[in-house]
Amino acid sequence: MSLFRKLKPDFWDYQDIGAGPHEKLFDFRRMWKLTVFLTVSVALIPLIILAVVDYHVTQGSVASENLLRTARLVSNARRSMFYFFEERRAALDFIVRQNSFASLNQPGALARILKNLKESFSGFTDLGLVDPLGYQRVYAGPFDLLGVDYSLQDWYREVCKKNIYISDVFLGFRQIPHMVLAVKRNLPNGSFYVLRATLETRQFEDLLSGLEMAGKGDAFLINRHGTLQTPSRYHGKTLDKLSLPVPHYASKTRVFEATENKGVPIIIGYRYIADTPFILMVVKQKQILMEAWQKTRIEILFFLGVSIVIILGVVIWMATYLVNKIYAADQARIATLHQVEYSNKMASIGRLAAGVAHEINNPLAIINEKAGLIKDLFTFKKEYTGDEKLLGLVEAILSSVKRAGTITKRLLSFSRQSDIRIQSIELKELIEEVITFFEKEAEYRSIDISIEIEDSVPRIESDRGKLQEIFLNLFNNACSAMENGGRLAVHIGRKDHGHVLVKVADDGCGIPEEDLERIFEPFFSTKTKKGGTGLGLSLTANFVREMGGQITVASELGKGTTFTIALPVVMERKEGQNACEYS
Amino acid sequence: MRVLLIDDEKELVSTLAERLSFRGIEADWVTSGKAALEKAAVTAYDIAVVDIKMPRIGGIELKRMMASEHPHMKFIFITGHGSEEDFKTASEEAGKEYYLVKPVDIEELTQKLRQVMGTQGGTA
Repeated sequence: MSLFRKLKPDFWDYQDIGAGPHEKLFDFRRMWKLTVFLTVSVALIPLIILAVVDYHVTQGSVASENLLRTARLVSNARRSMFYFFEERRAALDFIVRQNSFASLNQPGALARILKNLKESFSGFTDLGLVDPLGYQRVYAGPFDLLGVDYSLQDWYREVCKKNIYISDVFLGFRQIPHMVLAVKRNLPNGSFYVLRATLETRQFEDLLSGLEMAGKGDAFLINRHGTLQTPSRYHGKTLDKLSLPVPHYASKTRVFEATENKGVPIIIGYRYIADTPFILMVVKQKQILMEAWQKTRIEILFFLGVSIVIILGVVIWMATYLVNKIYAADQARIATLHQVEYSNKMASIGRLAAGVAHEINNPLAIINEKAGLIKDLFTFKKEYTGDEKLLGLVEAILSSVKRAGTITKRLLSFSRQSDIRIQSIELKELIEEVITFFEKEAEYRSIDISIEIEDSVPRIESDRGKLQEIFLNLFNNACSAMENGGRLAVHIGRKDHGHVLVKVADDGCGIPEEDLERIFEPFFSTKTKKGGTGLGLSLTANFVREMGGQITVASELGKGTTFTIALPVVMERKEGQNACEYS
Repeated sequence: MRVLLIDDEKELVSTLAERLSFRGIEADWVTSGKAALEKAAVTAYDIAVVDIKMPRIGGIELKRMMASEHPHMKFIFITGHGSEEDFKTASEEAGKEYYLVKPVDIEELTQKLRQVMGTQGGTA
């Protein structure tokens, strides 16, 4: 909060009391907020929309690219698998078509065929010929399976029905995964026989494991009950139950997204291999596939973040700068307005004072002369002399006229202040003259006023009107700050060769430290409720500066305030200032 | 010493003239610039005591008008306007004339009149 207070621009807490119905025009905080809000909206909304759209488009394209690649992989692998089974099925089919049951039944025939098969197609383990009753009549292979009854076995029933059968994978006697491939041959006499072959699965296991896959990819076969038919990299060994659900049947390649039971998102591609119990599955971890996307995403977010920070920074700086300018211009406008108002007021008062003084001066002069004549009569004519009482009365009239005359002179001297006129001034006289305006008030409130002057203080060349106004303002302030019975001390001394120093000290209420810096600002006033305009000290400071002087203030709360004014002994004449101009 | 008092306030000039006579100075008086010109044409005055501000012909103007006819005539100006400080400055600019501020102190006026005549060589 204290940082905000430090950074807070001047206009933030400003309130123009005099703004009236146009209050909103001068609500700088509102202006600032509106500017920031509008500019930020116009700049950021399109940027954010673009970034969001780009984010989604890129994410979507990376995701769909992954799905597409998976689908292509499944498709290719399916083709290889399909041809693997198709080749071997065709080979068996060819054998049963080429050879009659009788020729196959001959001793050694099947063994020969097995040998040839092994040489042409890898993977065959044994061959057997089964009669319609389910008995294995001929067998070629490493096991003793002659005469085994297959009539009750599933595969036998299936092959009788469908003419071809490919079994699930099972562990044979050697504990090596095997599968059975069987074809049925119908004979013209209505009978039939079945040629059965056992295949090692290593062949297509190699096919699957040879696939190159990104993203911890895994390709394997399952049967329709979800049992693994080939070993997998991450999903278990052959004949393990797959932890993933068996996907629904589809005649084409399908790819979908799912989650593993640990919550890891995955992409699954699968294809039911026609005429086999197998489903080819490719499982990839989505997160690893999306790694390229992660990088892009960080780039997009970084770009967006940096852009937002820069835009916000520039917008806030610009708004603050511009509103500050407007605020400063407005302050200058108000200050000028008030100064004009103030000078107008002073000029009016001056004219009024001059008018009154003139009008009073003439009858005063007559009273003066008439009373003077009476006095002369008493003095010069014998018949009137000796009446002390009447003489006393005349003296009283004359002294009153003198007093009234002093007042009119003073009024007149105050009325001519518009132009700067440099003349020789005795500071003490001038200050005493100003103080006479406060004499009555001081008397009523028993305020003690003292003036001290050092001997070394010379007459100064300066502007009388401005000086009068400066001291009038300072004494006025001091009088309002003091309680009854206070003490106002004026000390006139010498600062250096070119400057005199006037100190005006009161023992009034003092000024709080936080206000001290601001008391020379226009419209800063602690007396607003008592009718202060907040202009007195600001104008005073202005006048002092105009005259080439300096004004400083020192104050202690509850103990009093001292204003110190340094004035040049000879005020420099500026361009446009008239010298003595008598009117 | 012949003195002419000029002021638009009759009460003022007449009384001033009477008071001056008590002090041994004989003064005539008129209440306008025009009357002053007429009077000066008849009588030769040494000094004019004149109000600066008068209707139609003011004091300064009157001095200018009389300058050719009466080059030796001296002027003391009286006015209700301004502080003494101003007059000191102004009098320096205006030459050797003297200024007095209303209400006029009779002793000061008497002294000034004598002073002016004195500088002239006292041809009373």
